[in-house]
Amino acid sequence: MSTTERPLPTPAHTIGPFYGHALPFPGGGEIAPPGHPDTITLHGHVLDGAGAPVPDALLDFWQAAPDGSLSGAPGSLRRDPSTGGFLGRNGVDFTGFGRVATDADGRYALRTLPPGNAGVPYIAVCVFARGLTHHLFTRAYLADGTDPLLDALPDERRATLIASAGAPRTYRFDIRLQGEGETVFLEFP
Amino acid sequence: MALTQAEIDAEIKDHQDAYDKAVAGGAPVRHHPARDYPPYRSSRLRHPKLPLVAVSGGDPETVELSGPVFGVTDITEIDNDLTLQHRGEPIGERITVSGRLLDRAGRPVRGQLIEIWQANAAGRYAHLREQHPAPLDPNFTGVGRTLTDDQGRYAFTTVKPGPYPWGNHTNAWRPAHIHFSVFGTAFTQRLVTQMYFPGDPLFPHDPILRSVTDEAARARLVAAYDHDLSRPEFSLGYAWDIVLDGPSATWIEEGR
Ligand SMILES: [Fe+2]
Repeated sequence: MSTTERPLPTPAHTIGPFYGHALPFPGGGEIAPPGHPDTITLHGHVLDGAGAPVPDALLDFWQAAPDGSLSGAPGSLRRDPSTGGFLGRNGVDFTGFGRVATDADGRYALRTLPPGNAGVPYIAVCVFARGLTHHLFTRAYLADGTDPLLDALPDERRATLIASAGAPRTYRFDIRLQGEGETVFLEFP
Repeated sequence: MALTQAEIDAEIKDHQDAYDKAVAGGAPVRHHPARDYPPYRSSRLRHPKLPLVAVSGGDPETVELSGPVFGVTDITEIDNDLTLQHRGEPIGERITVSGRLLDRAGRPVRGQLIEIWQANAAGRYAHLREQHPAPLDPNFTGVGRTLTDDQGRYAFTTVKPGPYPWGNHTNAWRPAHIHFSVFGTAFTQRLVTQMYFPGDPLFPHDPILRSVTDEAARARLVAAYDHDLSRPEFSLGYAWDIVLDGPSATWIEEGR
């Protein structure tokens, strides 16, 4: 395939308010096989510039498998061919992909297995919302440590990317779209 | 107090003029909308004020340079035909929308998931919280999915959505559009956008479309009517290619 022809990118747009019957799917926040003893929970609020919860955000998550693999697996949205309904993940393959819409209180929760990426473990997050014209990328780091991105940030900004450990195997990661404590959002040039 | 369309139009013009002037002065072309775009009122408290932090490229371990994968288990046979999902046929102008999914090097993106959602022909979403007093269609949900084929192609059969009112300002109407959610081979390529239909008189007045201040970029959101894609006695055909931004692991490996 020739790479001489370089098309210009399709612009992004807001997800709007009406994706609720289209994008969220049952089990979207359950990447971990049911009952797996290594399951961790990542949870938090999405907040706007006034500190108010954002009840109509959609979060996509992507992460390495526990063994570090970044190849993923199909089956996050596994379907029943006869009814068209959702069957849930098969409980064997680790798809690495999750999707959660925030609730009326602006909260989300993701149950998954610990990511095994090189360096400090993290879960990649893509934020969509009504009013957000172009999605935002961030990372939920599950620990602090030496990392090229974290080390380039001043302390108070660095802290916005590090999920706080609460109850055992539970991590809190709030996303502040604007204002005090604004989350560090990323670009990939 | 809700603003009038004329006041919103004036704000849109100010942002357009500022962008055009900046580009004429040598500023880079912006392919994507500004996240801070005041004519779209809901953006005010929902955009970061601090600059994005660049993640240096070239490290193949970067998680975002890979991405989720999908397969035949994630879709069903009729997911890409929104007119077949109920007992009866939906009301409206039957259309097909098809095109190719490409990366920014122009290469086809194969086997990736495209999800769409849209209003019905009367401009009403089958969404319980939507209050626009236009009729629901019991034969139309307005949700579709497909996987791109080996040439990166996709196709949907549906009905043409209607324009609908919204609360941004007094007498605000969205041009007819289909929402698209698209995955590439890398999480960095993730795209959610909207496809429009050619010649819509609402284009100049819509703060969401106009949040893309580059005129050529806006034009890339409008499908082309293609008579060769129309099917006799059945449907009108629209062509729309989607080009993903952002690097991917394969893109870096092949030296750009
Ligand atoms: Fe819409």
